[in-house]
Amino acid sequence: MGWEYFRIEADSPEVLSGVVVITSKDTVQHQGISLTMEGSVNLQLSAKNVGVFEAFCNTAKPIQIINSTIEMVKPGKLPSGKTEIPFEFPLQMKGNKVLYETYHGVFVNIQYTLRCDMRRSLLAKDLTKTCEFIVHSLSQKGKLLPSPVDFTITPETLQNVKERASLPKFLIRGHLNSTNCVITQPLTGELVVESAEAAVKSIELQLVRVETCGCAEGYARDATEIQNIQIADGDVCRGLPIPIHMVFPRLFTCPTLETTNFKVEFEVNIVVLLHDDHLITENFPLKLCRISIAKQEK
Amino acid sequence: MCKLESVPLDFGDYHPLKPITVTESKTKKMTRKGSTSSTSSSSSSSMMDPLSSVLDGTDPLSLFAAAADPVTTAPPTDGARRKRDKDESSAVGSDFEPWSSKRGEILARYTTTEKLSINLYMGSEKGKATTTGSAVSEKVRTRLEELDDLEEGSQKELLNLTQQDYMNRIEELNQSLKDAWSSDQKVKALKIVIQCSKLLSDTTVIQFYPSKFVLITDILDTFGKLVYERILSMCVDNRVSLPDNFSPESVNDTAKETCLNWFFKIASIRELIPRFYVEAAILKCNKFLSKTGISECLPRLTSMIRGIGDPLVAVYARAYLCRVGMEVAPQLKESLNKNFFDFLLTFKQIHGDTVQNQLVVQCVEIPLYLTLYSPAIDWILQCIAYHAPDVLLTEMMERCKKLGNNALLLNSVMSAFRAEFIAARSMDFIAMIKECDESGFPKHLLFRSLGLNLALADPPENDRLQILNEAWKVITKLKNPQKREVNTVLADVIKHMTPDRAFEDAYPQLQSIIQKVITYIYDFALLFSVEKFLPFLDMFQKESVRVEVCKCIMESFIKHQQEPTKDPVILNALLHICKTMHDSVNALTLEDEKRTLATLINGFIKMVSFGRDFEQQLSFYVEARSMFCNLEPVLVQLIHSVNQLAMETRRVMKGNHSRKTAAFVRACVAFCFITIPSLSSIFTRLNLYLHSGQVALANQCLSQADAFFKAAVSLVPEVPKMISVDGKMRPSDAFLLEFLCNFFSTLLVVPDHPEQGVLFLVRGLLNVIQDYTWEDNSDDKVRIYTNVLHLLSAMTQEAFIYHVDKVDSNDTLYGGDSKFLAEINKLSETVVSQILDHLKTLGKEETLKRQSQLAHYFFNTILAHGDLRNNRLNQLSVNLWNLAQKHGFADTKTMVKTLEYIKRRSKQPEMSHFTDLALRLPLQSRT
Repeated sequence: MGWEYFRIEADSPEVLSGVVVITSKDTVQHQGISLTMEGSVNLQLSAKNVGVFEAFCNTAKPIQIINSTIEMVKPGKLPSGKTEIPFEFPLQMKGNKVLYETYHGVFVNIQYTLRCDMRRSLLAKDLTKTCEFIVHSLSQKGKLLPSPVDFTITPETLQNVKERASLPKFLIRGHLNSTNCVITQPLTGELVVESAEAAVKSIELQLVRVETCGCAEGYARDATEIQNIQIADGDVCRGLPIPIHMVFPRLFTCPTLETTNFKVEFEVNIVVLLHDDHLITENFPLKLCRISIAKQEK
Repeated sequence: MCKLESVPLDFGDYHPLKPITVTESKTKKMTRKGSTSSTSSSSSSSMMDPLSSVLDGTDPLSLFAAAADPVTTAPPTDGARRKRDKDESSAVGSDFEPWSSKRGEILARYTTTEKLSINLYMGSEKGKATTTGSAVSEKVRTRLEELDDLEEGSQKELLNLTQQDYMNRIEELNQSLKDAWSSDQKVKALKIVIQCSKLLSDTTVIQFYPSKFVLITDILDTFGKLVYERILSMCVDNRVSLPDNFSPESVNDTAKETCLNWFFKIASIRELIPRFYVEAAILKCNKFLSKTGISECLPRLTSMIRGIGDPLVAVYARAYLCRVGMEVAPQLKESLNKNFFDFLLTFKQIHGDTVQNQLVVQCVEIPLYLTLYSPAIDWILQCIAYHAPDVLLTEMMERCKKLGNNALLLNSVMSAFRAEFIAARSMDFIAMIKECDESGFPKHLLFRSLGLNLALADPPENDRLQILNEAWKVITKLKNPQKREVNTVLADVIKHMTPDRAFEDAYPQLQSIIQKVITYIYDFALLFSVEKFLPFLDMFQKESVRVEVCKCIMESFIKHQQEPTKDPVILNALLHICKTMHDSVNALTLEDEKRTLATLINGFIKMVSFGRDFEQQLSFYVEARSMFCNLEPVLVQLIHSVNQLAMETRRVMKGNHSRKTAAFVRACVAFCFITIPSLSSIFTRLNLYLHSGQVALANQCLSQADAFFKAAVSLVPEVPKMISVDGKMRPSDAFLLEFLCNFFSTLLVVPDHPEQGVLFLVRGLLNVIQDYTWEDNSDDKVRIYTNVLHLLSAMTQEAFIYHVDKVDSNDTLYGGDSKFLAEINKLSETVVSQILDHLKTLGKEETLKRQSQLAHYFFNTILAHGDLRNNRLNQLSVNLWNLAQKHGFADTKTMVKTLEYIKRRSKQPEMSHFTDLALRLPLQSRT
């Protein structure tokens, strides 16, 4: 008995097509070959929000998004050698559910798999092969409205300050070109240290992902730093605009997702570290989306 | 709407089926030690990446062209493009000084003796990712852990490295980068590069920073090349590799994806400086993605540098970007300019607190610190200035001016811009240099740079003199030590003037340079330690000019040298110069000229003193004698100097010579003895013999003294009747008379030679005088004889009236022996009879006056030295008195005074016989 594997060609956006390849030395007797497409959202509450005990027990039930099966081959025999069986699998949603993008987070996981089963007679074991496939949504059509943000950071604008008097004086101005971001394009903007009494040690962009799971017990909100990019190192020149530029990491980002049960959101923190170890953070929520730019231009 | 993709990712070997394989391994939880295969959990696009696709085709038409069969449609556009590419690539020609030539220079210049350290955190980047994404799918984590395992220890800290160790370590890193790459450990290679570039953010031991930059950017270059070649090799299609100037359309998707992966990976590097350097290193790879990639990246990277706080680190980052930019896309000038302008904007930081504090901690002075910028700024400006229009350069100049003419900038401008450009504006530059704010950057370096330019290109004819004057004004204002600067100037001039013997046309200018140098440097030790000074002199190959210059130098030396010197540098140099002057003397040289030269050389000789090292001093004189044998006054000076040396020795030994000093003194005497005969002037010789004889005598070298005196005696007959004095012929008798008197006085103390007869020298001299052909109508011989009587009279004393210390004269030798006295008496009688004979011959009418004078002179002698109790002598004196008055030629006043003297003497004790004498001396009153 040899291997079987898929080769998936994603020509059509609404059809999963590919080929099942079966190789074996001998002829294979089987009770039928079928393909199953499954898609589900797994939510997990973090230990931070509920007790440790609950964290293990209260795993929210997986939400199934898609589940369909097609029969590829009727029971019969396959010849020895390599057999290729092409297939086309329409992506049809259950009811009016939305096809979310594939996403692997800490507390939220959206995963799609394609399973190929070869049923066999009682004597031989059934053969199963599973493969994850990745869904990129192109659902957000149309123009992305840029939403520029200007910001000014001074000791007065800060919250959560214990001793405002001990703070060195500083004035940092800047802007983000847009908080609505296309995921494939960098976050851009500018930042100017107009003045600062203390020397600047470092300025960083911290990309934070916030996962929110809602369930019967309430909701859990967890933030994870997924990327930290330094944009200034050392005591930068005053009054000189420093570019803000951050490429979104492909592995850890997805379009901002909001559903009734869970949310995946992103924020960026501009972190200014002064030499006297003062840490100044300014937070900006982001909205990420995936837009084919070619389409956007049309 | 959905789009489904399966993604070949990362830099593992590309295989379309690989992602699937990996997926399965996940379910089976296979361990994959050492595997570098890829992961499928990425959410990237591959087939039609929206980003790259939009960058690919700028207009729909070209998209069409690309989509169509490349073979049929390509040729025309391809050809055109190739042509354009060719133009672009030829933008950097051989006239652009490549980085490689700067490398060595920087490494040699910026060195340190301080200890360095290398701190490498291998895998820290990944470690961070692991901790943050605690729920990152397990396979990613395992993979990351494996990557960490690739390193023996994740952190290496190497402390206390010497510079050489440091360079070796960096070279090791370079090697391990290549090894990692060739063994397919791409991630490890990337880590090495990141860690290396991180070293560039470390400015401890700041004076080494430029060299560190050189070393580390070497690694970055290696890395950039490896990545580029790797991706290029993936583009090999049907075993046909891409042409040099390929277009992104002809790059296959796998290669593009790999390339994109690199960029994504680098974009996620946390720290700014490594992110910048690594991306800059693979800038060229943008060519695989899109045509405009590089032109979009460069400005972004340029502005990214603004985030680097340390101005030194930033300027080197800019230099690296310019370097990569020039290599990859020399046609993109904008970024180069932008880099420079950004640098200007941040320039004020250099004087900010942060930098100043750092310098204080590291004990680095501002001037030194500023020179650390030079290689970077020079390079940036060189890139900008390359084939740049004058307009741009003028703008650059203006911008620099706006920053208060900062010296550092100005210097770099001058070293980077075209020499012609600078030369044409040299007056402007001089004005700028004069005005510029030095702020620790020495001005002389600016003039040096300017000079270098002027050496390459001629400034406008009219300005030249003014330029030199202006420049020199400032140069001379420089405080000590200015040696290096002068040296540089001279070196430049030499460099400029030597080809084609250009100096032949510029003697007056060169001469004026020398004059200026010696006007302002009169510390000759300093002057001659200027390496290029003597080579500079060598340029004066026309003898007259050369001698003039030498004279100037010597004059200055004599004028300014206060203390005697024994500095070998000065001595060698001045001997060389004096020799040059001396050698110019020939048969045609005017006496005046000779005298001037001799005076100068004498002035030098007089200023040489080796202190108590008398032997060294003597050997110097010996050397000088051999060098200056053609100038008599110099030889004379040397003899005097040697005599002085002998006397100095005597003084030091307080008259008691040891064996060693005695030998040394004899050596001095010998020096004089053999030197004197080479002189031509006879009186000089005579006087020197006498003088040296006296010195020998004083130093108890009796036989040597004898030799001198004998030589003098035997030389007397050669004295000519007339000698030339100051160019006029004069009778020599007065000189001879003077000399002989002097000689006789000396002979008093010269002891007789035991093997020669009594008063050997006196007799010898008298014989010579006797035989000498005197002028017919001269009384000199008699005058001398009269003087000899003085001597003889002195010799009869029991103790001579003067002595030479530690030398026994005849008084001690003979102790008033009667035989000796008899000899003297005999001699005296002979002399007296000679005198009287002569007086008789003067009896003629026309010589009566002379007779009177001589008689009176003789009378006086007898009066002073004779024993007038002797009746014969008494009678003789009375006769002489009468003879003197006989013909009325005697000066009455003198006679009266003489008589008064006698009367006065007579009142002294034991002088009563004078009373009688006075009575016998009638005064003849004139009628």
